[in-house]
Amino acid sequence: MPPAIEIRRVSKKFDIGKESFDSLKERLVHLGRTKSEEFWALREIQIDIAQGETIGLLGHNGSGKSTLLKIIAGILQPTHGEVVTRGRMSALLELGAGFHPDLTGRENVEMNGLLLGLSRRDIAKRFDDIVEFAGEQVASAIDRQVKFYSSGMFVRLGFSVAVSIDPEILLVDEVLAVGDEAFSQKCLAKIKQFQREGRTIVFVTHGADLVREICNRAAVLDHGLQIADGKPAAAIRTFREHLFATGRAGEAQSIEVEDEEERPAGDTRPPRRVKAIRITEVTSSHAHQSERQHVYPGEPVEVEVRYRAEAPFDDPIIGIGLWDPNGHRIWGGNSLTLDASIGRLERGDGSVRFHIASLPLLDGHYTLQIGITDRDGQVIDWIDSMDGFEVGQHDKSVGVVALQVAMERRLVAVGPEQAPTEPTGADADADAAEPTKAADTPAVAEPPAVADQPLINAVESLD
Amino acid sequence: MTLSLDREPLAPRDDPPARVVTANVTLRQRVGEIWAARELLSAMTRKELKVKYKNSVLGFVWSLLNPIMYLVIFYLVFSVFLKNGIPLFPIWLLSGLLVWNFISMVVPGATGSILANSALVKKIAFPREILPLSNVGAGLVHFFLQMTVLLAGLVVFQHGIDVGFLALVPLAIITMVVLAAALGVFLAAVNVFVRDASHLVELALLAWFWLTPIAYPFRQVSDLLPRHGIPFWLLNLNPVTPIVTVFQRAFYNRTSVLLSNGKDHLPLLPDVGILWHLTFLLAVLVGSIGVLVLSMRLFRKLEGNFAEEL
Repeated sequence: MPPAIEIRRVSKKFDIGKESFDSLKERLVHLGRTKSEEFWALREIQIDIAQGETIGLLGHNGSGKSTLLKIIAGILQPTHGEVVTRGRMSALLELGAGFHPDLTGRENVEMNGLLLGLSRRDIAKRFDDIVEFAGEQVASAIDRQVKFYSSGMFVRLGFSVAVSIDPEILLVDEVLAVGDEAFSQKCLAKIKQFQREGRTIVFVTHGADLVREICNRAAVLDHGLQIADGKPAAAIRTFREHLFATGRAGEAQSIEVEDEEERPAGDTRPPRRVKAIRITEVTSSHAHQSERQHVYPGEPVEVEVRYRAEAPFDDPIIGIGLWDPNGHRIWGGNSLTLDASIGRLERGDGSVRFHIASLPLLDGHYTLQIGITDRDGQVIDWIDSMDGFEVGQHDKSVGVVALQVAMERRLVAVGPEQAPTEPTGADADADAAEPTKAADTPAVAEPPAVADQPLINAVESLD
Repeated sequence: MTLSLDREPLAPRDDPPARVVTANVTLRQRVGEIWAARELLSAMTRKELKVKYKNSVLGFVWSLLNPIMYLVIFYLVFSVFLKNGIPLFPIWLLSGLLVWNFISMVVPGATGSILANSALVKKIAFPREILPLSNVGAGLVHFFLQMTVLLAGLVVFQHGIDVGFLALVPLAIITMVVLAAALGVFLAAVNVFVRDASHLVELALLAWFWLTPIAYPFRQVSDLLPRHGIPFWLLNLNPVTPIVTVFQRAFYNRTSVLLSNGKDHLPLLPDVGILWHLTFLLAVLVGSIGVLVLSMRLFRKLEGNFAEEL
């Protein structure tokens, strides 16, 4: 079966600095003096989305994810490349976007349905279902002008129409977060239903948890570049790293330089950009390399990162992360947190070494993640889940961290007055349910991210 | 329509109908998309009409009152105060004014149509040409409504029409529609990027009205031109003029009239056959189609950035 959506080398250029000269006078006044600046919102994005796949497009504001969604929807046209979609498509970019306040709910349903590509007859057939899904409140007001609707009713009717067209491809922006909780649940339930029915869903969000919950694939965009595409967990990790790193103050220096390779005249494609600094090799080593491959808990290890700078670069930050076999980050740090400023890199090759004095870890395969960012945290190059260390162990303790634990046995006479007065039932239960929790969560833990998402929990219970 | 200007459409793809979003859409594909969305076009047209008179008590009566008001004023000014002596001046005036009212309603409406519907343009994908074209549709509805005023006038004054020229009227209406659509599509796209367009259109229409022989007869100007060595038919360079003169010939049905003083004849329209009118009408039609094709090409080119510019 051909993919439901093929994004073929899509680039989108915006001319920025132009929009302030909308009137003729301003244009004339500034004629010749304003060279509008080219801004590539997307560069050579290439993604094939199979039918039935639910893919999350992750990225922070300005990453180009919404632009990409609009291009898939056909609202914007790409400057280069093309998007091929197969199947009826409904885009939930803004619910009730097409509603005219002076028309009644009924008239707007018809209008919106036509805008989404339904025929008048189809709309008549589905009309009752649409109104029913929108809820009783809307049903009773269907012949009133929508300007008298509450924003909740507006959104409900908009969503009803959008899903009623029976889309084979559903494009969803972060709209579902709005509106009341009950309706959000209803929307998510509907999306999950679509998923079960094997429809293709593209989900744009900056909420990694929503992606983890709903998607079976995720692509991460950053400044118009596709920096990850794959399983949600791995993509989210990359995305998280980004988010942490982004302080984003002041003008960043270009993290890419133009490829020096000759381009044929008349080639209007965006110049091929190469990373300003490239990680060329990462090697991990330990003192007993010649005798055994693995290390024992507590032994020192070393990581060497070789790089090539394509152009001089000020103040790059080189970071390293260590991940356990369960995909938890055990430790992360960079030249900034380690007080080892790199300063200016000249063009050419170089290397840095991380000395880890002791690796207090238990049995398992630990992976490394190496990244180079500019001083504002913008990623220049990134290498994910590469081989790190194989740890073996002498004793039989389980978990991740090789804690130094000694046990002492002592006999104490227990008196009756020591009956517990503060029962800790809830905690005890939680511990019982997840015995390895303490061990799985190292001291340098990921921030708690799941707790503030009532949406997800709600859906879980619905399912 | 001349469609050979464009490249061949993309190679057909396997399996379910594929929709391609790209900067390269052929005119043929575009016309197909608009045709597929014809129900939307008619709904949009009705919306234009409905929204215009929503919450107003008189509703559609307003669109009749407008030409009637024009009639009263122009009749008072030209027939009573200035005594131009044209008998049944309201019939003469209305024949031309119908065409003008259409142009002057559609062109500014279409110019602002993309901006006025920016919420739609930013969030929903559909052939955006629908927006200016729905103004053409709404204008056409008004046109036929106002036509009833003219027909009523013909009945009331027992004024005979020219049956031969009546056959040209449908072609004149088509020409008028294509001309308005061509200008509307062009200006709608341009106005997104240069907001001055809508102001410019207002001014231009004011001048254009008085450059068109509606309130005064064609011959009043055309008879002056040969004295300066200019062929009289150059007046027809104004594309609205051939349309207006066909309406005037058909409904007013005189090329000259005996003034009310009973002695002098006032020439109104060129004393030429139907073929002369047909030639110019066809020239305007062909020219308008050409402009429409170019406008749609420009529209497609600019459309890719509409959502971002609004």
